[in-house]
Amino acid sequence: MENKLSFSVEKKTFLKIENLTASIEKKQILNNFNLSIKENETHIIMGPNGSGKSTLSKILAGHPAYSVETGEIEFCNKNLLEMSPEVRSHEGVFLAFQYPIEISGVTNYDFLRIAFNEKQKYLGLKEYDPLEFMELTDTFLKTLKIKPEFLNRNLNEGFSGGEKKRNEILQMLLLTPKLIILDEIDSGLDIDAMKIIYEAIGKIKKNNVSLIVVTHNPRVLNYLNPTHIHIMINGKIIKTGNLELIESLEKEGYDFFLK
Amino acid sequence: MNEKKNQTNFEINQVINQPYKYGFETKIEKEKFPIGINKEIINLISNNKKEPIFIRTFRQKALKQWEKMSFPNWANLTINTIDFNNITYYSIPKKKKQLNSLNEVDPEILKTFEKLGISLDEQKKLSNVAVDAVFDSVSIGTTFKEKLAKFGVIFCSISEAIQFYPKLVEKFLGSVVSSGDNFFAALNSAVFSDGSFCYIPQNITCPLELSTYFRINDKEAGQFERTLIIAEKNSSVNYLEGCTAPQFSENQLHAAIVELITFENAKINYSTVQNWYSGNELGIGGIFNFVTKRGLCLGKNSSISWTQVETGSSITWKYPSCILLGKNTSGEFYSVALTNHYQQADTGTKMLHFGQKTKSKIISKGISCGNSKNSYRGLVKMSENASYSRNFSQCDSFLIGSLSLASTYPYLDIRNSTSIVEHEAKISQISEEQLFYLTQRGINLEQAVSLLISGFCKDVFTKLPMEFATEADKLLSLKLEGTIG
Repeated sequence: MENKLSFSVEKKTFLKIENLTASIEKKQILNNFNLSIKENETHIIMGPNGSGKSTLSKILAGHPAYSVETGEIEFCNKNLLEMSPEVRSHEGVFLAFQYPIEISGVTNYDFLRIAFNEKQKYLGLKEYDPLEFMELTDTFLKTLKIKPEFLNRNLNEGFSGGEKKRNEILQMLLLTPKLIILDEIDSGLDIDAMKIIYEAIGKIKKNNVSLIVVTHNPRVLNYLNPTHIHIMINGKIIKTGNLELIESLEKEGYDFFLK
Repeated sequence: MNEKKNQTNFEINQVINQPYKYGFETKIEKEKFPIGINKEIINLISNNKKEPIFIRTFRQKALKQWEKMSFPNWANLTINTIDFNNITYYSIPKKKKQLNSLNEVDPEILKTFEKLGISLDEQKKLSNVAVDAVFDSVSIGTTFKEKLAKFGVIFCSISEAIQFYPKLVEKFLGSVVSSGDNFFAALNSAVFSDGSFCYIPQNITCPLELSTYFRINDKEAGQFERTLIIAEKNSSVNYLEGCTAPQFSENQLHAAIVELITFENAKINYSTVQNWYSGNELGIGGIFNFVTKRGLCLGKNSSISWTQVETGSSITWKYPSCILLGKNTSGEFYSVALTNHYQQADTGTKMLHFGQKTKSKIISKGISCGNSKNSYRGLVKMSENASYSRNFSQCDSFLIGSLSLASTYPYLDIRNSTSIVEHEAKISQISEEQLFYLTQRGINLEQAVSLLISGFCKDVFTKLPMEFATEADKLLSLKLEGTIG
């Protein structure tokens, strides 16, 4: 007779959002929003336009245009709402923007190196000089199939949709975040670009990161293995489940969940 | 939401408002010189400097012209009346007048320049830059004179040039900016103190960058420097001018003249990083900077390029200009003008095309913060004979905060049908989205604003000689500390 001993490891709660109400320009978007994420989990959030998915992403990252009226957000046992965007970034929050903005006059390379070194400084680690940084970036450029010339161009300026998204992932790889928020990462991408990006994300998942994937597109499931799927409508999560949710969604649309 | 915005604005404001580092005053004894301006005082200045007759005559003629002129009031500037009789027009540090080596310079003065980050010790200074340091009205010393002499390059103070190279000075002084040109030109021509003189002989590329640092220390003195640069056929030179002044609550007057002349195929690149004291947050004190700078592209294929970073001075009034006389000559103007608090700037350029196939390029970047007024005024003139000539102008304004003002006054005077003139203008503000992108990546607000402004000014900074591009970048960051808002 074999005695099988099984251990269940209690996973730590990474991110806890409680009763969050938030607005922008006096318009309320999030409505008593609640969500709890543990380490190594992948949460997909789907919902119709205007449901507040992008707002959630921006509030987690600390966008100044949004006001939080009530609620709390705890990240790694710290009060996230009290941290400035830069500190949240250093603590490990990364937002891959849906529409990465162009910044003229600042080269991609300078920007990446400054961002990387700021985090190094925050963690009390050594800053990289241009050569060391180049070596580090090189591997990632190859993984993401980004041509080195892109580093000399102005940040996101004139980049195609796919190039911008790959640039987001490049930054993600360099900054080694703990909580990755992907805001419609696959919008505007062709199949090849999608594969490259999801492969990179797949690899980084091995490092105890958690993902919040905001998306319209059920196709994402072909590439990521979600642990939780949420449906978000009118500023709150109304249903959490598994793959069956997607089937209902594809058959009957979001109205199905409002019944 | 408004509160949040105010908070960000407040933080940005803090980033731009760093105190003026160079506000210290050097305690030095100076020779007493009578206040005011008249024929006798002009003679006194000339005697003091032991000038030859031709210069005294030059000064007296200018004084007569000035007395007939009135203070110009067409600029977009509000200026308190200046009492010209209440200014000392000459100031010399008491210790030494004839300075043969740095050992003879008052150590306090040397310390001042060290504090400003300008070492007159040739070993310590950048090895490829020769420096002429001017403290109040006196040239303190010029480095690398011997090395330059080997190439036949003359780089010395104008007072020295008047003594040792009078023929050259007589030939060219006033040939680009005549003393009757304008009110301040006449004033300067009457009372000019010191400045730099450069002569590059034929076929020589000047082996060093030449630079002059001007420091106004005397509270009651005006500074009237005069610079003359001559580049003979096939020669070229890069010249940099830097300026600082202590923090006084009275206004100080700075009325300078810079004349550049290029002969066939010659090239002069003239860069200015200006950090005069701009007055405090209430607009009290600060330098009045009224300057006439003009380059004459005499010989064909020659070119003159003006690059300026203006961050100080209470009132800035200057239009570095190019007269494109020779065929195929080219003039360029690159400028970043930052105004904050109650500073006012009415600045720009004049590109006067007289020769055929001449080209000019104007890139002007104005950054307005606080309650300041920043105006670009530019003239592009194509004369009848300037056929097949071209101009490109780009004037961009960057507004920080809601109280500052940016204005553009472009004038186009085109008198032939084969020339092309292009003008572009853009107005931007600090973009919240851009700032958020940078801060989300861990770059703090201060640095983020700095990056955005640097990016805005990049086209101009890349035109500065490398050593000074970094200095300009740093200067801009310092000036911007505290202004976001």
